[in-house]
Amino acid sequence: MGHLRGKLLPPALAIVFSLLLCGVALIISGANPLSAFGAMVSQVGKGTTLVDILNSTGIYYIAALAVAIGFQMNLFNIGVEGQYRVAAVVAAVVGGSIALPTGIHTMVIIIAAALAGAAWASIPAILKVTRGVNEVISTIMMNGLAIGLSAYLIRRDVFGELRGNNIRTPEIPESGWMPGISFGGSGTMFGFIFVAIALGIGYWIMMNKTRFGFELRASGESSTAASAGGVNAKKMILVSMLLSGAIAGLISLPELLGRDHTFSLNFTAGIGFSGIAIALLGRNHPGGIAFGALLWAFLDKSGLALDNVGVPREIVTIMQGSIVLSVVVAYEVVRRFELASEQRRVGRELGTVGGAA
Amino acid sequence: MSSSTSVGTGEHPAVVLTGITKRFPGVVANSDVHLTVRRGEVHALCGENGAGKSTLMKILYGMQPPDEGTIEVNGEQVRFRTPSDAIKAGIGMVHQHFMLADNLTVQENVVLGAEALHGIGQKARRRIIELSGKTGLNVDPGVLVEQLGVADRQRVEILKVLYRGAKVIILDEPTAVLVPQEVNELFDTVRGMQEQGYTFLFISHKLDEVRAIADSVTVIRRGTTVGSADPKTVSSRQLAEMMVGSELPSPETRESTVTDTVVLDVKGLRLMTPDGSRPILDDIDMVVRSGEVVGIAGVEGNGQTELVETIMGMRKAGSGTITLQDQDLTKLGTLARREAGIGYVPEDRHRHGLLLTQPLWYNRILGYQTRRPTAKGIWLDTDGAKKDTERIVADFDVRTPGIDVPAAALSGGNQQKLVVGRELSGDPVLLIASHPTRGVDVGAQALIWDEIKRARAAGLAVLLISADLDELIGLSDTIKVMLRGRLVADADPSTVTPEDLGSAMTGAGSTSAAVQETAVVEEGEN
Repeated sequence: MGHLRGKLLPPALAIVFSLLLCGVALIISGANPLSAFGAMVSQVGKGTTLVDILNSTGIYYIAALAVAIGFQMNLFNIGVEGQYRVAAVVAAVVGGSIALPTGIHTMVIIIAAALAGAAWASIPAILKVTRGVNEVISTIMMNGLAIGLSAYLIRRDVFGELRGNNIRTPEIPESGWMPGISFGGSGTMFGFIFVAIALGIGYWIMMNKTRFGFELRASGESSTAASAGGVNAKKMILVSMLLSGAIAGLISLPELLGRDHTFSLNFTAGIGFSGIAIALLGRNHPGGIAFGALLWAFLDKSGLALDNVGVPREIVTIMQGSIVLSVVVAYEVVRRFELASEQRRVGRELGTVGGAA
Repeated sequence: MSSSTSVGTGEHPAVVLTGITKRFPGVVANSDVHLTVRRGEVHALCGENGAGKSTLMKILYGMQPPDEGTIEVNGEQVRFRTPSDAIKAGIGMVHQHFMLADNLTVQENVVLGAEALHGIGQKARRRIIELSGKTGLNVDPGVLVEQLGVADRQRVEILKVLYRGAKVIILDEPTAVLVPQEVNELFDTVRGMQEQGYTFLFISHKLDEVRAIADSVTVIRRGTTVGSADPKTVSSRQLAEMMVGSELPSPETRESTVTDTVVLDVKGLRLMTPDGSRPILDDIDMVVRSGEVVGIAGVEGNGQTELVETIMGMRKAGSGTITLQDQDLTKLGTLARREAGIGYVPEDRHRHGLLLTQPLWYNRILGYQTRRPTAKGIWLDTDGAKKDTERIVADFDVRTPGIDVPAAALSGGNQQKLVVGRELSGDPVLLIASHPTRGVDVGAQALIWDEIKRARAAGLAVLLISADLDELIGLSDTIKVMLRGRLVADADPSTVTPEDLGSAMTGAGSTSAAVQETAVVEEGEN
């Protein structure tokens, strides 16, 4: 029970704290916080909001998993943003330029996206392993390069074509789409959501049941102990970075395969950065990440309702930021407290800590 | 600050600790400690590793507040919140591990943090030179600390506390890093300063040294003071039994189990510093046979750590070969070497031996993530790991409420028993044990010695590195002396004394027939 308390208490405290903080911000700006929060909650039932939230959750979930794999061994893959952008262009170009039977076509696109993400991540990984370049710096720079590369690839003289005012890649034929579940007027849920769930289960099994997961966790906990225990640090950096990049490559696929069928200037950016925050919020745990992704998606989508009650929707950004900040602090406080109480418990049971003499 | 310098019997004692109690998670804390240190004496505080000496000194030095009890300095009750409060009251501490910046000069190190006293210029320099004489430090204050030897660095530490006006000086295990000859020089310095009115609190668990230097002794056991003794009349054995509370364990193992089967064969091993400027390991040749314990003696920092890490594959050798039972390990990684049958008890269990926040059974897997009973193929076998952890907990007497507690919750001795138990699992052919009983209580020490002896009798080859010369002499079948990255001498543990080893360790040359030089350091045949 104490175990569970240590896991659930910090995010709960953090959310309450950030609600209070946002309430104060709202009051200062002259709005009624209760009506603002009420509008957000009631927005969930309106139009396609609920399905939008679920779709967004799936996308954020994949992004956060990609970040979490790196976090498990203290690798800060900020480059998820660039990795999924490059992967999206490559997947769209590959999907749009080949003709294959239904199903196989989709599989090929998924594999192409994963490979492209991994390939983009391999550059900082190799730099780190061979030259000791800090992955934070190199992945940030790779993000900049990714924007340039994707813009180049969709030029009309390369792979792109002009449609109205928009430049985009050729449309993926229907054989490469992934069907969703339609709820009529309430929207259509992406079929890729189920892939996201499968990724979460696979991630849990990998981390808890396999040798690779053990080596990853050991490296993250203590790189010195891991190396004395025979874990090859360089190999772990390389493999986890590639895996992180491959999963990052899948981030844009729910939209690409389920709705857009093309990479265009309307591409949804910034999900990689949200993934960092969600992985922090969920403590790299597949269940925690799911919760974090859902919360993030809810804030994003129902925040649209704030405009209706005359509150700037940027308040949502404040809320997201303060949740992450306070959850990180809360986890650390609770972690220290739990360790000390565990040590006291062991000491008491063994009688090494004298009571009052 | 104390203004009185006279040594009088009618005066207040320099330091009085009364009823100090400190509750501290997981390890032996202090409970109801009483200690009186008269002015101008050398007062020894004796106790086994983990008995609570260091905690007590941290309390006296203001690093931790006591839960109960009072501290009096010169008859006045004081309450230290930080070490600077203690320094103001005239108490200084020389830590066991030096706290010096190698790339600064002696003067810069001394003045650092005390700039307000005499500035940082000529005035400070004059004061340092004046105090240097008292500590026996004969170097210019402008010399870089990295150019000094261990003994001189220790003197710089003493100089630091004198410069800050200390009259009562705590020496925390000051001889742990010194060889016997340096210990004698330190004692001369201490006696000289004692005559000038300084008071010393000397923390040690080495009884011969305590009897040689102290005017009075207080013994601490399991966190509480068990009594005082007069070092002039008490015997080492009596003192030891006060410390341990029972019969002493002994590392002695005499009947030889050495066989002809070579297990570890190291040839021409070399390792360079990262910048390639000088060798850390220079042409090491060594053989460890089945049933044999080969001990490596050496002052810390002469390449023992690097030797172990190179054999384990954690550092890449520049040249040379490492063979384990006819299998060439030279090009293999750490995991493959472990799989070939090497168990490894690292010198720092927190950094290299354990995943501190993970449960005990999870730690059982570390180093064994490819082998049964903790793994099957690419899958972990958590049930197997838990079952085998239960076995280690039972066989090695690991005191824990269960195998699900994090490793950090155990005391040092129990952590070490877990590590030793793990590394003796899976039938290793070679055990590399670095300081296997450092910082553990006497019960754990006896158990670890017994287990090493048992495994050796069953044919295990053991490479033992230890700074505890008694342990080294007691357990080893062969001793090799390491100096500046080379194996410079062989010693016969059945005849060698710690003093002989000490002089070989400093490169002073062989003084005894029990030490045979194998490499030319200086001239001198015996």
